[in-house]
Amino acid sequence: MNDRTPPALRLAGITKRFGDLVANDSISLTLAGGEVLALLGENGAGKSTLVSILFGHYVADAGTIEVFGKPLAPGDPAAALAAGIGMVHQHFTLADNLSVQDNIVLGTQPLWSLAADRAGPRARLLATAERFGLRVDPAARVGSLSVGERQRVEILKALYRDARILILDEPTSVLTPQEAAALFATLARLVAEGLSIVFISHKLTEVLRVSDRIAVLRAGKLVATLDSATADRTALAELMVGRSVRKPVAREHRRGETVCALTRVSVGDADGAGVLDDVSLAVRAGEIVGIAGVSGNGQEALAELLSGLRSATAGTVSVAGIPLPAEPGAWIAAGVARIPADRHAVGVVGDFAVWENAIAERYRKPFASAGLLRRSAARKYARALTDRFDVRGAGLDAPARALSGGNLQKLILGRALTGGFAQGDDFAPALIVASQPTWGLDVGAVAYVHQALLDASARGAAVLLISDDLDEILAVADRVAVIHAGRLTDARPAATWTRAAIGLAMAGTPSPAEAAG
Amino acid sequence: MTGVDVVALFANADFWAAVLRIATPLIFGTLGALLCERAGVLNLGIEGIMVAGAFAGWLAVYQGASLWTGVFAAALAGATFGLLHAFLTVSLALSQHVAGLGITLFATSASYYAYRVIFPNVSSPPTIQPFAELSGIPIPVLASQTALTWAALLAVPVIGWILYRTPLGLALRMVGENPAAVEGQGIDVVRLRTGAVVAGSALMGVAGAFLTLSAFNAFYFNMVNGRGWICIALVVFAGWRPGKALAGALLFAFFDALQLRLQQQAGGIPYQLYLMAPYLLSIAALVIVARRATSPQALMRPWRKGER
Amino acid sequence: MRLEARPSLSRTALVVAPFAAIAFTLGVTMLLVAWAGAPIGETYALMFDGGFGSRFAWSETLTRATPLMLTGLSAAVAFRARLWNIGAEGQLYAGALAAVAVGGLHGGTGFDLPPAVLFPAMLGAAVLAGALLLLIPTLLRTRLGVDEVVTTLLLNFIVLLFVSLMLDGPMKDPTALGWPQSVALRDDLQLDKLIPRTRVHTGIVYAIGLAMALAFVMRATTFGFEARAVGASARAAAFVGVPVARTMTIVALISGGLAGFAGAIEVAGRTGYVTLDMSPGYGYSGIVIAMLAGLNPVGVLVAAIFIAGVLVGADSMSRGVAVPTYIADVIVAVSLVSMLVATLFARYRLRWT
Repeated sequence: MNDRTPPALRLAGITKRFGDLVANDSISLTLAGGEVLALLGENGAGKSTLVSILFGHYVADAGTIEVFGKPLAPGDPAAALAAGIGMVHQHFTLADNLSVQDNIVLGTQPLWSLAADRAGPRARLLATAERFGLRVDPAARVGSLSVGERQRVEILKALYRDARILILDEPTSVLTPQEAAALFATLARLVAEGLSIVFISHKLTEVLRVSDRIAVLRAGKLVATLDSATADRTALAELMVGRSVRKPVAREHRRGETVCALTRVSVGDADGAGVLDDVSLAVRAGEIVGIAGVSGNGQEALAELLSGLRSATAGTVSVAGIPLPAEPGAWIAAGVARIPADRHAVGVVGDFAVWENAIAERYRKPFASAGLLRRSAARKYARALTDRFDVRGAGLDAPARALSGGNLQKLILGRALTGGFAQGDDFAPALIVASQPTWGLDVGAVAYVHQALLDASARGAAVLLISDDLDEILAVADRVAVIHAGRLTDARPAATWTRAAIGLAMAGTPSPAEAAG
Repeated sequence: MTGVDVVALFANADFWAAVLRIATPLIFGTLGALLCERAGVLNLGIEGIMVAGAFAGWLAVYQGASLWTGVFAAALAGATFGLLHAFLTVSLALSQHVAGLGITLFATSASYYAYRVIFPNVSSPPTIQPFAELSGIPIPVLASQTALTWAALLAVPVIGWILYRTPLGLALRMVGENPAAVEGQGIDVVRLRTGAVVAGSALMGVAGAFLTLSAFNAFYFNMVNGRGWICIALVVFAGWRPGKALAGALLFAFFDALQLRLQQQAGGIPYQLYLMAPYLLSIAALVIVARRATSPQALMRPWRKGER
Repeated sequence: MRLEARPSLSRTALVVAPFAAIAFTLGVTMLLVAWAGAPIGETYALMFDGGFGSRFAWSETLTRATPLMLTGLSAAVAFRARLWNIGAEGQLYAGALAAVAVGGLHGGTGFDLPPAVLFPAMLGAAVLAGALLLLIPTLLRTRLGVDEVVTTLLLNFIVLLFVSLMLDGPMKDPTALGWPQSVALRDDLQLDKLIPRTRVHTGIVYAIGLAMALAFVMRATTFGFEARAVGASARAAAFVGVPVARTMTIVALISGGLAGFAGAIEVAGRTGYVTLDMSPGYGYSGIVIAMLAGLNPVGVLVAAIFIAGVLVGADSMSRGVAVPTYIADVIVAVSLVSMLVATLFARYRLRWT
């Protein structure tokens, strides 16, 4: 490569603040043509913010961007697109009710033309798809596609517009291991065609496998840039986190009675579609059962079922041998600790004070009598809870919205695990249902949550962990089951699963018995 | 009423002419509300905008302008209030419900205020010369319609074409489903949504103008009388599609014309019950489509650029 | 120019908001007054005098404020739970009609009961009428997902027509010389005057009492907790076991009941009978009042007095200056919009880029 040709991308001194938080602190990077640069960092390190600035979703407070030597106008996605930057967002920017072609073609024809050309773009779309090996049906409604297919549409959107630089934000978080491998093959093909790639991830293995160079971000700062070929795993991990974080310690514990039993449970949708299909599972005291799977295969329904928010259309659901109705109150009273997937919109009432959220699961009993709230008892409990679970960042009366993700999760955990008793020893949950408990948290908070789950199971709780993150499940669970299209495999000891087998189960290929044999 | 009477009623061309007349403001209003909602914005200012359009159109003609200039004035008045609504709900992302109600109250009271300032002492509303029936059309029902009705009928395929066959229409539909998708393709969400709301509100203004410039010839208080709300119900009934909006408006106008005729003929039933029919029908329409309605996914969800 | 989220809610901004809104409103309406050719200073002075400038002015304002307090409370309790009740106007009339039906029909002799029983029955009927009227759109929402804004609005028109129907026929006052008004309430069922030789009646005491009760319920009871939770985040509320649909229904009964009660109070305290024009938009004004008060029950009392003063003052002012009374409606409408914008600044800051 000629030293005189400008790099594909040059970022200089990019800084971005959100209020008091410095999301990006004077970051400078270059990306060469035909190179794959990985942005590595834990959740909250500033990776997404940086590429959002690059693509024009945000405006940087300071710093410049040059694309192929020319300065890029800030805050304008149209300018980024015109300069050859394409982005595959972590949460796909697709309209479900419209077709694949509509989604891809939007914005590529002059807005004021009197008639949209249909045939031309369709041909071009199919040619582009062919060229890069991505199969799509232009007429399909996006809402009917699988997650992997939708990601292909996202990628095609960028390629259709002749992107020379492609940004992928945590692309494998929604894919099975096999689909991830297919994605890497696609990326290799793109590089062979001359594209440069910015690949964002918090997963070390992937990053080492896929990239030429790695830029490590931590707390908004660029801490290192290394060549992947010579990079050392442990060094990278330490750079990412900046300190040694205690890995969660699993203690020996006995497996006890079955605490939660699902027997041939099916859950149907409003339209009658099967969301869970003939699911059977038993979770025993003292063990952690992990449910692995790509998001959108019934995990939400399973979590809602075991939180008392949905009822089964067939089969029985019981806790400690007693079938429970679809009322959250009954589940809470039965000693089920529930940690919902969406901590902001479901876990807490954002406008309510921290103390109000602390007692929210028990606002009738014991924190009210004769219909009147017992404020001082509630505040006393909330104080004890926030102290014990290290909830920081806002006082008892501040709205829960002011808490960071990690502190919010600690509040929710604390509430679920203490059952309304200020002295934690007076209560131990029989069953813990944790749904995506560490999504979006930094490494420290992730370790906290895992430790809390391990401790609880050591004390005899049955723990059900539903997570899209396979690494998390394999790190923490005793037994693992895989969910696909509403069906659940048997829950076998974690050690007996290979990654390949889990990947196949996630994709719904040969039945687990055959795969295990 | 005997069976013969009913047949006679339906065979009477005047009846169907009345149906078209009653439908015209509903067509304009529903199309206008449809444009706004397809882009993701509920515009509850419609009732007030129709009042403002009625007043502005009539006033322009009263001051000596031509009828079409009056229609333009009405559209302009609608667009202005639409711009205000867009500023509140799109740029500032405030509650679409409350902003819309505020616009209705504001546009209505401002119109009445202006009317009273300009005409402080009139006892009966001053009249103008309204649109004449278009001459030279031999078809019976359509012969007695005015130019504005033709415009309304024409507007349906035009809006349909724009929505489904132009890049602008695609962008508009997309912004009501997923604004992030639109921004990611380099189109300014705020400008697009604002444009849709302004255009839709202009149509609402024209709907009001029909009342003062065609159906009647003066501006009365309480003239719009809930038609704006009926249009909001009709948008849901039409599944947010222009063709079905026309069908819905005609269906509704059919029942409205029917109750007017029945009022005149059948004795014994109090006229208030007939007048209630349109509103009851609208509620019924909403209930019927309730489960099946697939609204634009981003309807009423505020969008803030660059927000974490 | 862009909006940047504040790290936490600004309490000062919330408190300042209504005053900023009103100041802005008066500024805007100043332009309208000038356009009418009237002297601005004199106009506003007359308005202030007419609403708050004398014992008589205050009495009129308080009388006008009484139903506004109740419709304001109705809107506040509904909006707090995100139930968009725009039907207070109809619920008010329904309540008024029910009150007269129980307390005035056949001169009250149809029900051969002592006033001690008839009076609460009359009020109860009004509350029930308003509550049931709002119940219908609410059930349509919780069961079928039908947006209640349009249904409550459409019901207003239906109710008004029904009142007209009743006034033409079964409830018509035969002694009213053809004027469409209802039978009058029995004298002993009407409310006492609170302040002698004025129109201020004990209804205002009921309104203030209800405001206090509502404030207590919202803050200190489990039901208040549930109602606020449902309005703030229905999903989170459902997650912790709040019965969302049931809470919404009870909120609807309370909200509708309050508006119906407003109708009964107007009949029993001010007019004595029902007419088609007894409410010049009290239901809609109630919404504006609730917003100005930040949905706070005690704030509603203050906001109601303010809006009442504006309405009364405008009436008085228009007799002295050539400014149409509609200026009051413009003030109310602009107050709503500017209050909406003002509260935005509690969450967001303006940044110049």
